[in-house]
Amino acid sequence: MKAHRKQSLYMAFLLHRLSGLGLALFLPFHFYVLGLALKGNAALDRFLHWSELPLVKFAEFGLVFLLALHFFGGLRLLALENLPWSNRQKNYAAVALAAAFFVACGYLLRAI
Amino acid sequence: MADSITVSVWRGGAGGGEFQDFQVPQQPSQTILDVITWIQRHLDASLSYRFACRVGMCGSCAMMVNGIPRWTCRTHVNKVMQDRHLTVEPLRNLPVIKDLACDMSEFFEKWRQAEGHFQGSSSRDETVAAISPKSSQRQAANAAIECINCAICYASCDVVAWNRDYLGPAALNRAWSLQNDQRDHAQDERLKVVAGDAGCHQCHSQQGCSTYCPNELNPTASIAGLKRMSAHWFMNKKYRQRHG
Repeated sequence: MKAHRKQSLYMAFLLHRLSGLGLALFLPFHFYVLGLALKGNAALDRFLHWSELPLVKFAEFGLVFLLALHFFGGLRLLALENLPWSNRQKNYAAVALAAAFFVACGYLLRAI
Repeated sequence: MADSITVSVWRGGAGGGEFQDFQVPQQPSQTILDVITWIQRHLDASLSYRFACRVGMCGSCAMMVNGIPRWTCRTHVNKVMQDRHLTVEPLRNLPVIKDLACDMSEFFEKWRQAEGHFQGSSSRDETVAAISPKSSQRQAANAAIECINCAICYASCDVVAWNRDYLGPAALNRAWSLQNDQRDHAQDERLKVVAGDAGCHQCHSQQGCSTYCPNELNPTASIAGLKRMSAHWFMNKKYRQRHG
């Protein structure tokens, strides 16, 4: 990584971008699974059975983490652009990351 | 040389170039500009670079030091040196003229495009405008006003690198200062320009500009202010269109 990018709010930008990209790549798969329901019970049940595998559950943890990270990061940006300026942007970015991890861990604990 | 520093200096012009290594003796309280000047005076008189005041007032000596844009006259060697090595390059995002001197024309042209000059309507025959230094508008203008045009923010901005038309943090910071100057009478025209395709809404709030600004200004805050101001202007316009 180039030296001028090694600062925490660039990391916040990068995580927001990459999480958005990850979610965008997941969306076609999400719609495909929803489409299975239209084909009948059997196809969807086969998928749901597959989704019970531990590795898939762990992958879902990653997905929830990406979703929560993009959500909380997006809230920070909305606040930055629409509310009076605050100099605590690094704190807010750290809170967004921590909250995303907390939500994803909560999901994982419920899933296992 | 026992206490020497290896300095890799970018040499070349608009067509490209390469790094050239120099050995420079380390001195107490030595700045990066001292190092570059020592190279030019003792090792290679053909080295080109730009400076004027040497005390952080004029904004002309900014360069990339170890990959980070810095004002070289106020950057001490012992604060930025890594393993007794320094890398000095011309500012990023600006065309190189020769060696460490870059062409600042587009940087200043964008100030002009952003209507970065004061446009008053009062003459000297009228009384001086009474503006409270405690007013929120004046405080917002003051917070953005100490820019020395060094282009460090411009060099640190990835949006400038991605979109060559983007006005950049310094021009938008200047526009924000004038948008909060109650004596200025070109605020509607300026807002249209800075809210356009090359304006404030392009900013990704990475805050490289605020991180590296040597005068500790916060162009990201100024740009966020312009975003809010243009959003209010747009919503007011829509409201007026619907309700007369």
